[in-house]
Amino acid sequence: MVEMIGAKALITSLEKEGVDIVFGLPGGANLPIYDELVDANFRHILVRHEQAAAHMADGYARIKRKAGVCIATSGPGATNLITGIATAHADSIPMIAITGQVPLAMIGKDAFQETDIIGIANPCTKYSFQPRKAVEIPESVKKGFYIAESGRPGPVLIDIPKDVQQEKAEISFPDLIKVRGYNPAFDPDLLHIERAIDLMLKAEKPIIMAGGGVILSGAFHELQTLAELLMSPVVTTFKGKGSFPENHPLAMGPIGMHGHAEANKIIVEADCIIAIGARFSDRSVGRFDEFGKGMNIIHLDVDPAEIGKNKSVDVAVVGDVKSSLRTMVKLLSTKGIKQEPENFWLKRRKELIEYYNSTIKDYSRELTARKALKKLREILPAEAIVTTEVGQCQMWTSLHFDVITPGTFFSSTGLGTMGFGFPASIGAKAARPEVPVVDIAGDGSFNMTENSLAVSVLDKLPVIVFLLNNYMLGMVAQWQRTFYNRRYSGVHQYRCPDYVKLAEAYGAQGIRTESMSELEKALKTAVSSEVATVIDIPIDPEEDVYPFVAPGSGLKDMIVGG
Amino acid sequence: MSNVYLNSDDENKNVEIQLPYRILSVLVEDKPGVLFRITNLFRARNFNIASITVGSTEQKDLSRMTIATQSDSRTLDQLVKQLKKLIDVIDVRILDTGNTVFRELTLIKMKAPDPTTRMEISHFSGIFRAKILDIGKESMIVELTGTPDKIDAFINLVNHYGIIQIARTGISALRRGG
Repeated sequence: MVEMIGAKALITSLEKEGVDIVFGLPGGANLPIYDELVDANFRHILVRHEQAAAHMADGYARIKRKAGVCIATSGPGATNLITGIATAHADSIPMIAITGQVPLAMIGKDAFQETDIIGIANPCTKYSFQPRKAVEIPESVKKGFYIAESGRPGPVLIDIPKDVQQEKAEISFPDLIKVRGYNPAFDPDLLHIERAIDLMLKAEKPIIMAGGGVILSGAFHELQTLAELLMSPVVTTFKGKGSFPENHPLAMGPIGMHGHAEANKIIVEADCIIAIGARFSDRSVGRFDEFGKGMNIIHLDVDPAEIGKNKSVDVAVVGDVKSSLRTMVKLLSTKGIKQEPENFWLKRRKELIEYYNSTIKDYSRELTARKALKKLREILPAEAIVTTEVGQCQMWTSLHFDVITPGTFFSSTGLGTMGFGFPASIGAKAARPEVPVVDIAGDGSFNMTENSLAVSVLDKLPVIVFLLNNYMLGMVAQWQRTFYNRRYSGVHQYRCPDYVKLAEAYGAQGIRTESMSELEKALKTAVSSEVATVIDIPIDPEEDVYPFVAPGSGLKDMIVGG
Repeated sequence: MSNVYLNSDDENKNVEIQLPYRILSVLVEDKPGVLFRITNLFRARNFNIASITVGSTEQKDLSRMTIATQSDSRTLDQLVKQLKKLIDVIDVRILDTGNTVFRELTLIKMKAPDPTTRMEISHFSGIFRAKILDIGKESMIVELTGTPDKIDAFINLVNHYGIIQIARTGISALRRGG
């Protein structure tokens, strides 16, 4: 027991959790915390908008595979975090969001900068705490990290009234905590694993569908071993992109609305789908009723509530997918599976890839999104981290940028948050400063959080903004071309701003590229640059993303090209 | 599971979707915000709540909620899983209506402007073992405890006198034996 104020208890608790960086912005209701931050043994990154703090914590968490921490004040500070918290929630990312709150006695009085952030955040947090006494803070933090990081990860909110931050008390720090009613760790049921194996071995046309759960649990090696044992082609969901090396001889790329044509095609031809850490989202599977019809579906997931939520399955294995896969692989390797590298199913895989590659029609311009992304892959080292914004830039990445090293790619796939990629890339850079980090952006998304350039420059977290610039809200424009008879509404950004000047205004580097050779040069400069680099790449506003599975359609009804 | 209709006034609804009522017994932490988390889950996931009761249990830091919902089995399965996922939920049981004692308490205020009506209502109340709580010049209040079916039957019986107000508590339930 040590006497200290609540704010100090918070900082000490964070230190005890091994926190090495927090992202935040001060305000009236978190001043005591900011005062204690001066003496903290971890780094604080001052953001220019709280939304960016949450996205940075998110990007950091995705690379470190432990909770990222963000801090905001009460009221608008707290509500500004919400988009970032909801993004993390939709993608199951561990996060601790700490908000200041008005003093206890003022709660419910509609005080200045008071907001019921616990109520507002409820649907997009895994749990929330509001310590009412300083002595409760260490336990809230300890439980918060435990809940955020275990089972299916997610964001946890800790809302601390200002007087609780200031209250002096005899504080003790728990070593062990137990959360009654929360049992995230259970071993997969062996019986279910055996039934899954029976189905896998019976299958003539198995397909592995790897989702974000593989990345969250770090089951890269186990996934690859399973695929190689079964000789099964591997598709991923978009969130699962990068769970499996996309240059692997069994890889097929992501399925879904803007999935690879060959991936969408092969999954409807399969006879057994092995879904690993995937939740059968509408964007991935199209119509729930059509997807996997007549096939056996095996579903591995850590969250029991995902079983049967969108899709009824034949065998479910509930548990951390890494440990489920490990057991599965162990049992399978004793079965003496005969492997025929030239079997008809793998031939079919090759045939589909070759066919759809031959159908790709590129635009006649020298610089297209597709060619630019291929160039990016060529220049970037395999271990570089890549994230995206949301819209066409994101879907082109899904299609044309191969992730080689597992776990080096992420995107806001669930919530689809424009403006996510840039601050998240800064968080990722903080987590792994030794590798280049790239945000594949569109102009529309980048406009939303571009003021994080200040953070990137001042805090020496240089990232590369690979800006596919059509001065349009391109994905919306594409839908308006496709479904609204080319009646454009609210999509033009005109030629504003000038991104080179914008970058320079923040002390970053801005390069506009008009040709492939300029792009190559710019990329080489950017990779070794000490400051953030915005590479402005003008592309055709009419360049569409294909293939396209229209909303409400099944994968088999994919439109291949324009 | 047999169908238990809680609200026969809702005839139109029942014609549209004849889904059985299911009763869940949910043991939760007795803490501020828990009821909010649970009702918010129902709203956010589009689950239906027919009635919900909350009260203390034999353990001082736990509450028991009894939730009646009209759902098909797949939705019910999801509902139970989503409830179990909530950190403050300790246990969720689907009660088998055949092996469960369940009761609801109802207060009914109805028009009773003349002695004959008052006599008739007291007579019916006797048959249903309802208690007369209040008699005024114009109205009576009757308390009735029982299964939702029994309460529905009583309400149907006295409906024509003119019901002024009804307050129903929703179902409380416990499994038999064990």
